[in-house]
Amino acid sequence: MSIETLFEIRFPAKAERLCLVRALVKRTAELVGCCSDLSDKLVIAVNEACMNVIQHAYRGDDLGEIVLQMLNNDGKLRFRIVDYANPIDLDSVKPRDLDDLRPGGLGTHFIDEIMDECDRGHLEEGIGNYLEMTKKIS
Amino acid sequence: MNINTLEGEGYTIIGFEGDVDLSCSPDARKSILDVLQADKNLLIDLAKVSYIDSSGVASLVEAYQTAKKQSLKFGLVGVSEAAMSVLKLARLDKVFPIHNSVEEYEQEDA
Repeated sequence: MSIETLFEIRFPAKAERLCLVRALVKRTAELVGCCSDLSDKLVIAVNEACMNVIQHAYRGDDLGEIVLQMLNNDGKLRFRIVDYANPIDLDSVKPRDLDDLRPGGLGTHFIDEIMDECDRGHLEEGIGNYLEMTKKIS
Repeated sequence: MNINTLEGEGYTIIGFEGDVDLSCSPDARKSILDVLQADKNLLIDLAKVSYIDSSGVASLVEAYQTAKKQSLKFGLVGVSEAAMSVLKLARLDKVFPIHNSVEEYEQEDA
């Protein structure tokens, strides 16, 4: 079993930076053989995960940073997103009922719908959170 | 993202162009609510949207609900493939009135 780091970036938790993240994820997914449709879906999931960090972990504090790693683990793409905000309430992270039509609350649903596995937790250092999302591509 | 507003016969069309994401969705939301607050029927043209995230979709849901509450007409026109893919993920493609074009909307509304 081999794990290849496709990229690792650290960027400010600012909404304006998300277009760069989307472009990087899209291009990298295509480079490892994902079709356009799957690449677009992966972009949606990673974008929503980073948005959640900006909005709910850092709560708009744009001094925070996000670390995003994209790894290829024998045909499974793994995205690890780390922030250094206060630990979030993990029980509050859940998709909303889609029949309950209201603005907001769709990001977690998108992530769960697109990815095969998601694992959320707090960093061991006592501050910060991580999200690992996995998608089988071959 | 660019926002273009056009006045039609009995409705206003807001067209978004480019990425509708967290960095600009507050502007999109404001442009939508301005039209609805003026009691105008609203069409949102998504033909030139290259990407829309959940914050952009939230603005569409709010517009749909606000229009309904005010008994105004609301619809999406020319939804791009990228935008449709996100609407389908949110299962909103079966909720929003979606028209292929403004002409189609006018025919259906006649």
